[in-house]
Amino acid sequence: MAIHRHDNHVSANAFMEWVDRRLPLTKVWNEHLAEYWAAKNLNFWYFFGSLSLLVLVIQLLTGIFLTMHYKPDAALAFASVEYIMRDVPFGWLVRYLHSTGASAFFVVVYLHMFRGVIYGSHREPRELVWLIGCVIFVALMAEAFMGYLLPWGNMSYWGAQVIISLFEVIPFIGPDLTEWIRGDFVISDATLNRFFAFHVILLPLILVVLVFLHLVALHQVGSNNPDGIDIFEHLDENGKPLDGIGFHPYYVVKDLVGVCGFLILYLGVVFFAPDLGGIFLEKDNFAPANSLQTPPDIVPLWYFTPYYSILRASTEQLLQVFAVGSGLVGLAAIIFTKYKAPVKVGIGLVALAFVFIFLNSSGKAWGVILMGAALVMFFLLPWLDRSPVLSIRYRSLPFKIALVVFLIAFFILGYLGMNSPTPARTLVAQICTVIYFGFFVLMPWFTSIGKTKPVPDRVTYDEH
Amino acid sequence: MTDNHESENHASDTSVEDKKRRRFLTGITAGFGAIGGGIAVTPFVMSMTPSERAKNAGAPVYFDYSRIQEGQMVKVEWRGKPVVMLRRTEEMMNGLEKIESHLADPTSLDSVQPSYAQNDARADQDKPEMLVMLGVCTHLGCSPVEKLALGPDPEMGEDAQGGFFCPCHGSKFDLSGRVYKNVPATTNMDIPPYKYDGKVITIGEDDGRQA
Repeated sequence: MAIHRHDNHVSANAFMEWVDRRLPLTKVWNEHLAEYWAAKNLNFWYFFGSLSLLVLVIQLLTGIFLTMHYKPDAALAFASVEYIMRDVPFGWLVRYLHSTGASAFFVVVYLHMFRGVIYGSHREPRELVWLIGCVIFVALMAEAFMGYLLPWGNMSYWGAQVIISLFEVIPFIGPDLTEWIRGDFVISDATLNRFFAFHVILLPLILVVLVFLHLVALHQVGSNNPDGIDIFEHLDENGKPLDGIGFHPYYVVKDLVGVCGFLILYLGVVFFAPDLGGIFLEKDNFAPANSLQTPPDIVPLWYFTPYYSILRASTEQLLQVFAVGSGLVGLAAIIFTKYKAPVKVGIGLVALAFVFIFLNSSGKAWGVILMGAALVMFFLLPWLDRSPVLSIRYRSLPFKIALVVFLIAFFILGYLGMNSPTPARTLVAQICTVIYFGFFVLMPWFTSIGKTKPVPDRVTYDEH
Repeated sequence: MTDNHESENHASDTSVEDKKRRRFLTGITAGFGAIGGGIAVTPFVMSMTPSERAKNAGAPVYFDYSRIQEGQMVKVEWRGKPVVMLRRTEEMMNGLEKIESHLADPTSLDSVQPSYAQNDARADQDKPEMLVMLGVCTHLGCSPVEKLALGPDPEMGEDAQGGFFCPCHGSKFDLSGRVYKNVPATTNMDIPPYKYDGKVITIGEDDGRQA
């Protein structure tokens, strides 16, 4: 069978020709690096995609070395981590690289997502890139949560207790499901062992596959740019975009500058403040797990705190606000939109159903639902956003205001989640929760009003 | 790829009966495959349920409760969970009534307890001052912190009469473990089955008594 598929890629020499016949190395190199055309004006915000990949590699490598010394056993786990810290040569460094890497991962991923939102990278034709990215975000949360149990500190123990109990509110199967997840009636050795298996095998595999799909989907549609315009509309005589440059060497070199900047900050934390004052490594986790004593201030690590605040904010009061809110949104949709009568009746019925559900259910179940819904909102973003332009540079004022208000609410939720609840703080968290969901629910409205600026034909670029 | 095209072309030549038969056979093969797959997954799913060793760890706990002084609280472990034993003072018992209007389930209708503990004190009427309760928040399973001092408290509120405060999500309970209104938890803390035998309390066993 001597079937040769000839393509346009020319092998560099006889050896590469031998390889290319058997493995499409030159082809892949060209299509995904040397001749992967990206707009020439990608700015600072575009560092965080490649940095996410870098942190993934750091976590995979340091994780391998940690498993050489760690013991996933309730009786030994805490001591084995201390052993790594004190007796294993450079064990402290490997562990701090891994623990700081977890926080760094969320820093770069949050910034990467923010880039997507401000430049419209979630919009057509990149919806699948965005959706796969959202799944990566959720998988990353699961990976971080399970990894956090492994040191078997008291905060690890009670954090896992709280999060696994979330599933208890699922009707009918809840209690059996939590028992199945724990493998016991309480968090125990069985739980620790399976979390270890998930953390070091299952989820890393899933993450690597998802990241691969994320890149395949991205390279199918091409990278966005800060102007949110399609660079393939202006091609030169060879079919190369006029505003495009090859990812290699141009963006490889640029991203290496980003890597240097990142490593300075990351290693700065690793060497000089590995617990970052209790934010990256919590104080209560320096005591071993104790099933009789909840830490006085139980809080998750910083990257979960906005969602944790939403969970805590769910009380009957908040549900009443949601009932009124969904009624008002339904009413506004009926009065101010131009749908036909049957559609309006449908909207009214759905709104009434929501009012009824919010008024007749418990805050406990809703805390879990809202926390989940807060993540689901990101998945819906490509379809909630109705703006005629992609980039924030040309968006209307209402969108910019809404985004700023959302960011403030997000940061306040994050801050409140790191602190113990008081009635006043709970009220603030409830207001911010309403803003959080309001941002997404009202997005179809505020992205379609206001005056957008004209979008340029070619990317904006200053010659240096 | 070429093979696929050929087979598609070939398929279009076949008769309607052949196509029907092929679809039926494909469907039934895939169906049996799915059933087989489900059966193959079962042992892996079951392997994650509690083991025999975990199931056997649920034995009752014995404790000499006469050692507990008035106003003192003791925690013991039963089935890996903390059980709170509190001998309440008369003042504490009187305080239970005062805050009843703030409670979500004052009569414990929606809460878990043996029938002999379904009362204001949520305790066996032989020794109503002894509170024996799972120290586990009914919201998400944290262990609430005891607030044994009566009167205003920054976390419990102005007119609190002591109680339990959950540091995780701010749920509040009174000294009978009854939950306050407008907090994340919606039911009172659970009361385990228990019985007294002289100076010893047995937690986890009550011989099925109703009163």
